[in-house]
Amino acid sequence: MSTQNDEEKLELLQGTLDLLILRTLIFGPQHGQGIARAIQETSDEELLVEHGALYPALQRLEERGWISAKWGTSSNNRKARFYTLTAAGHKQLGKETTKWRRLAKAIGRILGSEPVGG
Amino acid sequence: MFGRKRKVDDFCEEIDAHLQFEFERQLGLGLTEEEAWAAARRAFGNVMQAKERFYESGRWLWWDHLRQDVRCGARMLRKSPGFAVIAILTLAIGIGANTALFSVVNGVLLNPLPYAEPDRLVALFTKGAQFDKFSISYPNFLDWSRENHSFSSLAAFRGDTFIMTGMGEPERVDANMVSATFFPLLGVNPMIGRNFEGKEDQLGAARVALITEGLWKRKFGSALDIAGKSIWLDGNLYTITGVIPATFHYQNENYHSKAEVYVPLGQWNNPLFRDRDTGMGMDAVGRLKPGVSFAQANSDMSGVANHLAEVYPDIDKGKGITLVPLKENLVGDIQPFLLMLLATVGFVLLIACVNVANLLLARSTGRNREFAIRNALGASNGRIVRQLLTECVLLALLGGALGTLLAAWGTKAALKLLPEALPRSNEIQLDARVLLFTLGASVLAGILFGLVPAFKSARSDIQGTLRESGRGLTGARHRTQSAFVAMEMALAVVLLVAAGLMIRSIGKIWMVDPGFDPNNVAFFSFSTAQPLGATPDAIRQSYRRIHDAIAAVPGVESVSISGASTPMYTDSELPFWLEGEAKPMSQADMKLALFFAIQPDYLKVMKIPLKRGRFLTPSDTSGSPVVTVIDERFAKQAFGNEDPIGKHIHFAILNQTAEVVGIVGHQNQWGLDSDSTSAIQAQCYFPIEQMPDSLLSAFDRGANGMVRTSYAQTDVAPSLSRSLQTVSSDSVVYDVQSMNGIISDSLATKRFAMSLLAVFAVLAIVLSSIGIYGVISYVVGQRTHEIGVRMALGAERSTVVTMVLRQAGQMAVFGVVAGLLTAAVLGRLMASMLFGVSFYDALTFSTVAAILLGVALLACWIPAHRASRVEPVVALHYE
Repeated sequence: MSTQNDEEKLELLQGTLDLLILRTLIFGPQHGQGIARAIQETSDEELLVEHGALYPALQRLEERGWISAKWGTSSNNRKARFYTLTAAGHKQLGKETTKWRRLAKAIGRILGSEPVGG
Repeated sequence: MFGRKRKVDDFCEEIDAHLQFEFERQLGLGLTEEEAWAAARRAFGNVMQAKERFYESGRWLWWDHLRQDVRCGARMLRKSPGFAVIAILTLAIGIGANTALFSVVNGVLLNPLPYAEPDRLVALFTKGAQFDKFSISYPNFLDWSRENHSFSSLAAFRGDTFIMTGMGEPERVDANMVSATFFPLLGVNPMIGRNFEGKEDQLGAARVALITEGLWKRKFGSALDIAGKSIWLDGNLYTITGVIPATFHYQNENYHSKAEVYVPLGQWNNPLFRDRDTGMGMDAVGRLKPGVSFAQANSDMSGVANHLAEVYPDIDKGKGITLVPLKENLVGDIQPFLLMLLATVGFVLLIACVNVANLLLARSTGRNREFAIRNALGASNGRIVRQLLTECVLLALLGGALGTLLAAWGTKAALKLLPEALPRSNEIQLDARVLLFTLGASVLAGILFGLVPAFKSARSDIQGTLRESGRGLTGARHRTQSAFVAMEMALAVVLLVAAGLMIRSIGKIWMVDPGFDPNNVAFFSFSTAQPLGATPDAIRQSYRRIHDAIAAVPGVESVSISGASTPMYTDSELPFWLEGEAKPMSQADMKLALFFAIQPDYLKVMKIPLKRGRFLTPSDTSGSPVVTVIDERFAKQAFGNEDPIGKHIHFAILNQTAEVVGIVGHQNQWGLDSDSTSAIQAQCYFPIEQMPDSLLSAFDRGANGMVRTSYAQTDVAPSLSRSLQTVSSDSVVYDVQSMNGIISDSLATKRFAMSLLAVFAVLAIVLSSIGIYGVISYVVGQRTHEIGVRMALGAERSTVVTMVLRQAGQMAVFGVVAGLLTAAVLGRLMASMLFGVSFYDALTFSTVAAILLGVALLACWIPAHRASRVEPVVALHYE
């Protein structure tokens, strides 16, 4: 099996899914399954994304105007609903990224340096 | 319009696409189809939950629920059509009656008058010592207009009639003489042509007239070039300046609402009209200046009146000016009646609601299982209550729709029946506000009658209900039902008492002796295009000839031409003082007597009893001493215990001193119910023959008359008309009415209120007897088993009947007692509308109690009887 066992994967922290979705869409329009796969693959299969949980997030982002959605055709000629990052989404991504980096740094400082060979 | 932003189907499609992509990816990784599907689903998580979450996040969830509830409700109603029909009809009656009455209240009381800025319009009258609304004399009116600082304009008007000739048969038309300011003040523009100009509103100006759209269509074929054409009125040629649209209506004392012609008031050349001392039946309307309040205008006008009293002390001293907001002047009298009727019709709706609530309660027994199952499947109580209420509101809206149709038809019918009863009746219609009221009433009614049954259903114990298969909690339920029925009975009692008091009042009013015999007596008016004579003596002669011509008509027993007052119809007063008294300073200080100018046969026509002395005779002529006959109240008021015969009385206006030659009985002048409390009671009779020349000129183109026929007259107008034409060829007879008709018209408002109350009371009885019947039937049905056991143990059939009737009797007695108490408290509110009965009239109360208890017993008789025929074996096998 090429995939890691689900139990060993990391669960997403509250609020991070929105950031990851926006980040994924920077490379161009993508459908729901594509986004889920992209998040998992870019994280080297470290993150556990329940695909079903993706949709409320997508809906939320769409309502806020950070992404827009349109039915289109996929590379293998199937109908799919494609999500695109809007200008407002770009701006939001910038803000969220900065916020996340500061948070990660601060937590890192508190936890101290990584033990060698951990 | 109310759809959600994104369809659920669209979302499901997206998820299906997702699963498909994942499935293909897993296939690509080398899994079998089955494994690939499982993996795709595992990666996705709970598909159903995702869909539900999406669904519930929709903004229009409540709308979806509502649609669901409405669909469900409609299905339930279709499934029990009997219940639905009864409930809808009951509500249609309740809501329909309310809609009808509200449309009347709306049209008459609520809607603004149909003029520009109607709130700034004020009706004006002369205020005399005894009357608040006295006719205004024209010179005084002109001074009011000049001296006031509150009105941007004042307009006076008086009704009159003209004989229109030159277009077919001579025809009498109602007319109003109006100030040039009249139409501009009300904001009315002619549809063709122009209003009067100020210079036309003066003595000696060229004769001009405005005609109504009706006359324009009827006589001028809607000719567009009407302005500048001519019309013959009373033998004079008038130039038409314009056409007043048919939408214009105005109602006021001394104004002819049915007028078809308007002429400038200031042109009227009657010398009495220029006499400051004489009101010729003229009133006024004014428009307040912007920023001037009614109170300010009131004090301003009393300043004007005080000034006139200083300048003309012998005439205007003691006279004031009465101001009434125009709308209040028009509808003030009817307001208490309408509000009382609106309150009572609200009771009818309450009864209807209680009835339907009871039906629902009875029905919910059968539905308890349905709700228990829903509850068990996870529906919240709130959701169930909401669904039941939706059903009820749906029911009420259907009832309301049907009720609106009933109301549209009923209002039209009622107004046709009693057109005299209401001012502004032409403005009554089902407009947006009425429909909004109906919608509101329906929704409210639906919630009202649905609430108790809904909560009872939602709160019932699930397990118990499911176990008992739908029979649970009957005790508590029929307690509620019984309370409802008692309430219904109480409401019906209140309505019935109100109707009963009104009926008793009208009965008492009819029993009041009018002082004359109205049977077979007709009133009529006539007028002529040409004066009846060139000189006063010629006019007197014409009146003698008219009398003789009409008296000669077969079937006519006696006839009298009559001027001035007519009992219950028109009134005219003379100021007087007695011989030997100092002449009062001004007319306002003099006492007033009702003035009848008649012919000697008047006594025979009206059959008034002669108490003392003699009545007027044909030998009382212009050459003989001036005489008068007075009524008993005049005699008592002026002379006390002295004998009035031979005494002399000075009369202002006539400027005559007359000797009293006889005393007759009192005629009821002000209406059967209010004559004895009116300010002016004294009455005096003069022969037309002895009218002074100045006054006779006011009679030169016609008068009124009273005729007694030997049989009940159906239509005396043609024979009157024929005989009059032998004296004056261009005369027209109009306004022929039986005296009985005049009397009943004077009671129109009271009869209108009584008829409606009676209708409401009957509805209340019918509805509440249906209610009590329904509940007793239901209770008997529930107790079939118990009754069977009792009978198996040897109970007599009569015992069973008594048992059921006792239960019904308790409800009824409780309801009736509560109703009587409520009626005794609320009755105070209608005390002012009653006549000759007190609002706690024992006879009415006991009759109502008896009627309702009787009806209740009758309604229970059938179910009680059914209970007594229960076969023990069948009953014990029941279930």
